[in-house]
Amino acid sequence: MSSIVASLMPEFERLRQRFPEGFDSSMTLPCLRRIQELRGHVADEDISALVQWLGVPRIQFEEVLSYYTQFRRRPVGQVRLEICRNVSCSLRGAERLIGHVCQRLGVAEGGTTSDGRFTVTTAECLGSCGTAPVMVVDDEYHENMDIEKADRLIDAMSHADGGRGG
Amino acid sequence: MAELRERDAKILMTFPVTASSHLLAEARARGAYAALDKALRTMTPQQVAKEVLASGLQGRGGAAFPTGRKWAVIQYDDGQPHYLCANADEGEPGTFKDRWILENSPHQLVESMLIAAYALQVRHAFVYMRGEFSAPFRRLQGALDEARAAGLVGENILGTGFGCDIMIYRGAGSYVCGEASALLSSIEGKRGYPRNRPPRLTVKGLYQQPTVVNNVETLSNIAWIVQHGAEAFKAVGTPKHPGTRLISISGHIARPGVYEIEVGYRWRQLIYDDCGGMQHGAALKCVIPGGISTKVLTGAEIETLNLDPAEVEPAGSSMGSGGMVAIAEGTCMVRLLQVMLRFYHHESCGQCTPCREGMGWLHRLIDRIVDGQGRLDDLDMMARISRLQDGNTICGMGDAAGYATLGILAKYRHEFEHWIREGRSMYEGNLECRRSS
Ligand SMILES: Cc1cc2nc3c(=O)[nH]c(=O)nc-3n(C[C@H](O)[C@H](O)[C@H](O)COP(=O)(O)O)c2cc1C
Ligand code: SF4
Ligand code: FES
Repeated sequence: MSSIVASLMPEFERLRQRFPEGFDSSMTLPCLRRIQELRGHVADEDISALVQWLGVPRIQFEEVLSYYTQFRRRPVGQVRLEICRNVSCSLRGAERLIGHVCQRLGVAEGGTTSDGRFTVTTAECLGSCGTAPVMVVDDEYHENMDIEKADRLIDAMSHADGGRGG
Repeated sequence: MAELRERDAKILMTFPVTASSHLLAEARARGAYAALDKALRTMTPQQVAKEVLASGLQGRGGAAFPTGRKWAVIQYDDGQPHYLCANADEGEPGTFKDRWILENSPHQLVESMLIAAYALQVRHAFVYMRGEFSAPFRRLQGALDEARAAGLVGENILGTGFGCDIMIYRGAGSYVCGEASALLSSIEGKRGYPRNRPPRLTVKGLYQQPTVVNNVETLSNIAWIVQHGAEAFKAVGTPKHPGTRLISISGHIARPGVYEIEVGYRWRQLIYDDCGGMQHGAALKCVIPGGISTKVLTGAEIETLNLDPAEVEPAGSSMGSGGMVAIAEGTCMVRLLQVMLRFYHHESCGQCTPCREGMGWLHRLIDRIVDGQGRLDDLDMMARISRLQDGNTICGMGDAAGYATLGILAKYRHEFEHWIREGRSMYEGNLECRRSS
């Protein structure tokens, strides 16, 4: 069993108890989310462990992992920057922001910097349109963004020990 | 127009937001959980459901379906398990009003869900929340933990013998999962594929059991309705569309945010008084009334309209999810539609051919126009593809994308023709509102 799944087993068992009977299939998303929180992505061995424990077919995990955009099957940069590119953010400068961040880090959308530090992706409306544009840094919203604020954030996180304990 | 009564009743945004106003102690000081107490102690489940039916409450998730009628399909005493799901997916671009409730008034949702669960005899209720919401998740989870510790969630609520657990189920990035049946597929731990109706979800929903899915804002009205009565609710708003609406307004507006308005509120008043008009004093070009899937209305069209479905629908649009986007003069509608079509193409779940292929075609056509390679007959083609969706898809997304496209093409066709003829935008491809000086 993957060591991450093994370490999460007590937590997963508790969660399973809270669902009504017959809801084992519902465990897929919460388990995958939790594994990803710890590992940064979901690895083959995690899926094998879950298949064995839950009795949910492997194909269901693969389908779920490929359907939902938040799941990752491969490692990405240490810091994930997601910038909304939908209507309200675009009306408030998201395109310039995305262009600037990509250029400054020397990556294309979806790319990871050569030092493996940052991955930049775009996102669709994040429910933050009134405080647009929004950039999500490792799952935390940074709202009313502009280029100067983005630069400051990136500066603070540019070194492995910078601001977030690497 | 002859409306003289001040329309300023509030049902949801009734208190000043502070660093602690979301906590149980303060919510209780404002009267939270009194309605739950009243329902559990003095009303039968049928009486609660009847009150909601009589209130005329309509869904706030986009389709405005009467809540009481949806609930009435559930036989509370048929001995089967029933489920209740609050839809907190909030994926419709331009919409951020449910987030206001989740972050600032989570107990109003929790109390309302418990009352709904009592009326429908539900033991397990879910809040399906979009995966990206982290602060709203923490707030709602905190409220649920507080409520459980106070004996308000779980077994034997308020000592009445009624028990209900509420769990948050978090999504993982998919717009379509906001559609009620896709949401249930997702809670079943699968891909978020919408399902064909019939059967209705109230007949066969989560794990084939009768299930009610209601929007967060819809549900949050329930406690107020039970506390004050259906008649009081109907006195707010208009008789056909009672109550208030949370309008989340964004785009080129001076003071974006969430505003609670009574149905029938003057549109102009919201934009020019409450929101301080447009960014940089710009002129209003058009408004997307209720999420980008609703048809655009021009600044001139909204001039005399009230925020009432009975006025917005005859004007050719809908109040949808309350996600209003204000757009200033000088904005390029071709680029705006490109942003929208890229989104729809990206989000189509791919089950229905007209949606899967249609979104791809529309997206490629608009990209071609923006690249300067467009042809005039591309516009007719886009309109034709948009109409292909109508009623031919499993869920409403295909339709919605079609409406949005037709709306913009009908009113701003000249901008598209200009780009095709001249090879460039009438407005330099502008999406931002620039200061005029
Ligand atoms: C593609 C699509 C996305 C939707 N997204 C949402 C959403 O994010 N939130 C929501 O409440 N309803 C959404 N809906 C509407 C739901 O299907 C459903 O009508 C609603 O949750 C019912 O609640 P109500 O009757 O209380 O409005 C969506 C519908 C479609 C077709
Ligand atoms: S209309 Fe589009 S999103 Fe909806 S079920 Fe069909 S393919 Fe999926
Ligand atoms: S459009 Fe970016 S958060 Fe809504």
